[in-house]
Amino acid sequence: MIAELGHMAVILAFVVAFVQAILPMWGGMTGDARLMHTAGPAALVQFGAVGFAFVMLTIAFVTSDFSVKLVASNSHSLKPMLYKFSGVWGNHEGSMLLWILILVFYGALVAVFGRGLPLLLKARVLSVQSMISLAFLAFLLFTSNPFERLELPPVDGNDLNPLLQDPGLAFHPPFLYFGYVGLSMTFSFAVAALLQGSVDAAWARWVRPWALLAWVTLTIGIALGSWWAYYELGWGGWWFWDPVENASFMPWLIAVALLHSAIVVEKRESLKTWTVLLAILGFSFSLIGTFIVRSGVITSVHAFANDPERGVFILAILVVAIGGSLTLFALRAASLKSTAVFSMVSRESGLVVNNLLLVVAAIVVFVGTIWPLVAELTTGRKLSVGAPFFNLAFTPFMVGIALVLPVAALLPWKRGKLAKTARPLWGAAVLAVALMLLIWSLQTGGRMLAPIGLGLAAWVVLGAVFDVAQRGQIGRIDLGASLRRLRNLPRADWGKAVAHAGLGLTIFGISAITAWEVEDIRVAQIGERFTLSGYEFSFDKVEDSNGKNYSATIGTVSVRVDERIVAVLHPEKRFYPVQRMPTTEAGISSALHRDLYVALGDQQGDGWVLRSYVKPFAVWIWIGSIVMALGGGLSLSDRRFRVGAAKRRAGRREVAA
Amino acid sequence: MIRVCIILIALMALPVQAVEPDEILSDVAQEARAREISKNLRCLICRNENIDSSNAGIAKDLRILVRERIVAGDSNEQVIDFVVDRYGEYVLLQPRRSWGNLLLWLAGPLMLLFGGYIGLRTIKTGGDAPAQDLTPEEQQRLKDLMRD
Repeated sequence: MIAELGHMAVILAFVVAFVQAILPMWGGMTGDARLMHTAGPAALVQFGAVGFAFVMLTIAFVTSDFSVKLVASNSHSLKPMLYKFSGVWGNHEGSMLLWILILVFYGALVAVFGRGLPLLLKARVLSVQSMISLAFLAFLLFTSNPFERLELPPVDGNDLNPLLQDPGLAFHPPFLYFGYVGLSMTFSFAVAALLQGSVDAAWARWVRPWALLAWVTLTIGIALGSWWAYYELGWGGWWFWDPVENASFMPWLIAVALLHSAIVVEKRESLKTWTVLLAILGFSFSLIGTFIVRSGVITSVHAFANDPERGVFILAILVVAIGGSLTLFALRAASLKSTAVFSMVSRESGLVVNNLLLVVAAIVVFVGTIWPLVAELTTGRKLSVGAPFFNLAFTPFMVGIALVLPVAALLPWKRGKLAKTARPLWGAAVLAVALMLLIWSLQTGGRMLAPIGLGLAAWVVLGAVFDVAQRGQIGRIDLGASLRRLRNLPRADWGKAVAHAGLGLTIFGISAITAWEVEDIRVAQIGERFTLSGYEFSFDKVEDSNGKNYSATIGTVSVRVDERIVAVLHPEKRFYPVQRMPTTEAGISSALHRDLYVALGDQQGDGWVLRSYVKPFAVWIWIGSIVMALGGGLSLSDRRFRVGAAKRRAGRREVAA
Repeated sequence: MIRVCIILIALMALPVQAVEPDEILSDVAQEARAREISKNLRCLICRNENIDSSNAGIAKDLRILVRERIVAGDSNEQVIDFVVDRYGEYVLLQPRRSWGNLLLWLAGPLMLLFGGYIGLRTIKTGGDAPAQDLTPEEQQRLKDLMRD
């Protein structure tokens, strides 16, 4: 019964989506307010129906109902409850249902909180949003029904891929999807704007929160995924430039660009066409990402979804959505007129540079990701594009962004003087260069990666600090007044500084771990001691142990500095009998200045293969990501972005930005 | 990639591991070169994983092959050519800078130039299709009006 109810609910949602896609748009064309008013309630019904279906599927998973095919092939009665739950989206059909659930959730948010939106805009946005959900509901119903029954239910399930049985990966997809799908909102707003042929500051204010929300969740999702890779894969890599990772990284880059260009639209009524194009591109990359992951066209980690029929369906959605919106863009973009002009040295120009670097970087990632496919289709050559290419081709853009960021962030709108703007940053520049020289001399030559990377990181972080300091006029007025100024600083400005500092911290972590990591690989006997980078590792013992649905071999490695124990690590090798699959769980001790990382390998003779690493400042990669997301959150909480706030803005004191 | 690899290994039920102690060359400089070369060579049955971190048997074979060539006195380029001759361009994680890959390598720089040009034009004109500029006569008229 449960599964059938779920199935019915999806069909209901499909029908409602159809109505919601047509009626409000029709109403918009004929000026019929009653038809336009159907959008809100329809969005809520859609959300209710999909939400109900999702709950039904969750019940099937949690109660291990193996008569449902999806549950039988992806769950197991002995699986811990958390993974029964996360198993709902640990497979193709369930993750598509989650995708749609989040999509209609966004629609419901607009319906509930979008009271301040003009009726026509709201109707069009929800209509476009519903066209997307209509396409994906059709995809779910016709190619990926999660509620399919089995005639002969098995006694027990096939279990979830053990690699997915991990807290980091359990919550990685929901965050990613919140980000991917969040970009559908900005897409819908862009299409609505093109339909009405105008974009103004209010439009930018309505769009920016969605872009922010999408970006924040994407940031968290990507960080979770990379953290998982770090501790699960056994050698501490945290980014692989895998097609699936790139699929989430491209929308992230575009979302960053969109966030920034929307500011220009809001504050200066300029770059309108570009911003609309970015909003379309952002969601296009989300769709391309979904296509890459779901079709298996570029075989990769997430190979659990290799199915050509599904691939073709998503490709069709992709072509219609991207092609349609870009055609509309080509037809209507000329009607988006700007009123403002700005000079070469201005905040606007800085943001143009930011957008240029981000978008070209995203294109580089895109070309690299699809190149093997293109090469094979056009010339029949089979080749690979991997980390070395991306590191080489992508890094220069990030260096460029890091160099320009602190100055551009301080430039005034419309027209600025470079020398005047750069004055408060001299301190940051001097400190950053001093740090570079210090590191360079400390490591006595060697690769330039550490000095340059850390110098850039310091420049970006200090730039953010000096930005805030300058806004508070610290040192120029008395401290109390400064603090009052800082307290009254809009949240969006705090968010900006915090997010920028977060980027700097991530650059710091990446540079440090890449330049300074040391490793030791050996067959270690029980009781063996060895020294690595000043830490004495002692391989104490190996024990067998049993988890709920796996067997494990757990090593104990204690780490000493001057005979004082600083960490006891428990690297694990697990074996999941149902899927006959081994996994590794590295033993990690994290501290702000270093991670100690040990992975246990196989037994060789009377010893064990032991891989030990000292990874300086590794956690800063993720601290930086969290700080970035936090900055986005701060910005999101700024009162001027509360949906509908744009209308009330008149009369409120605006703090000059 | 990694997961596919692990699954394949699980099927073979004979797990081997990434760079193993017995493979490591005693000459530190030679081992460092082997690592450098390995980073650009992919494990053929995995997705996007280099042979250094792969657990697959083929990766182990390649690691040993690379070290044999180094010990035999090959330069880094010679080692890579040797491997590519046998396994094809597919084995390289960083595609060659050949005519066939021209677009891949130039995509970034070209887009940057093109985008830079558009960006500059945008900055000069003030973004988007500018609201129609006033002609000199209109400006003069405006000035006259303002004076009144």
